[in-house]
Amino acid sequence: MADAAVGKDKCGEQRLVSLPLSRIRVIMKSSPEVSSINQEALVLTAKATELFVQYLATCSYRHGSGKAKKALTYSDLASTAEDSETLQFLADILPKKILASKYLKMLKEKREEEEEDDGEESDTGEVLA
Amino acid sequence: MAERPEDLNLPNAVITRIIKEALPDGVNISKEARSAISRAASVFVLYATSCANNFAMKGKRKTLNASDVLSAMEEMEFQRFVTPLKEALEAYRREQKGKKEASEQKKKDKDKKTDSEEQDKSREEDDEDEERLDEEEQNEEEEVDN
Repeated sequence: MADAAVGKDKCGEQRLVSLPLSRIRVIMKSSPEVSSINQEALVLTAKATELFVQYLATCSYRHGSGKAKKALTYSDLASTAEDSETLQFLADILPKKILASKYLKMLKEKREEEEEDDGEESDTGEVLA
Repeated sequence: MAERPEDLNLPNAVITRIIKEALPDGVNISKEARSAISRAASVFVLYATSCANNFAMKGKRKTLNASDVLSAMEEMEFQRFVTPLKEALEAYRREQKGKKEASEQKKKDKDKKTDSEEQDKSREEDDEDEERLDEEEQNEEEEVDN
């Protein structure tokens, strides 16, 4: 896509913004209550998104560990989203991962608790009856 | 036009470049991390748009404008973005003003030459815009080479 590679579009914003305005506009318009978007608002949103990507990347990288790091991983991002107040809105889309075995164990324990509760209720039912 | 899921994503190449420029040299970014950041960016656009729209509605306007976006950034606790955004806005406005003046100047020059061709003017203005943009692109390329 020509406008994506160089960030060009009719108004020549390639120096200000690299993200394609057409795509940013599509995302913005998918928001239900939005009627129309002024060109300046579009440019600023695109620019803000770039700043956000930089912020998220550097924040997660630093948050990852104190020692010298060679890589940025998904778990760096997930733990940053969880720990940062500003990035709370990302917590749902960047969930922390756990091992499947651990998750199944959690499910099992939860079910056992629920069965105990049910057991007590049914005893009470019989007594009353 | 129906939106397919990929239309709500931002291009990988651009996202990757922005990340690489932000991090120190030699740091690897896992594919998963890259994809997560891209998704996060799309969510950011939605959140910012929704927030900005609230400000527009408060002002009883139907069109989102620049100040709505700036107010949204503050509301979302991204005050750190406000100054660079204001600078970008100034630069954008200067650029637009420059283009408008150039186009008006060109129109004036043309008026002097084509007094007798008034009926073709509207078509030519469209062509002019394209020519102007082409010229600007050429000029920019020249500047880069220099």
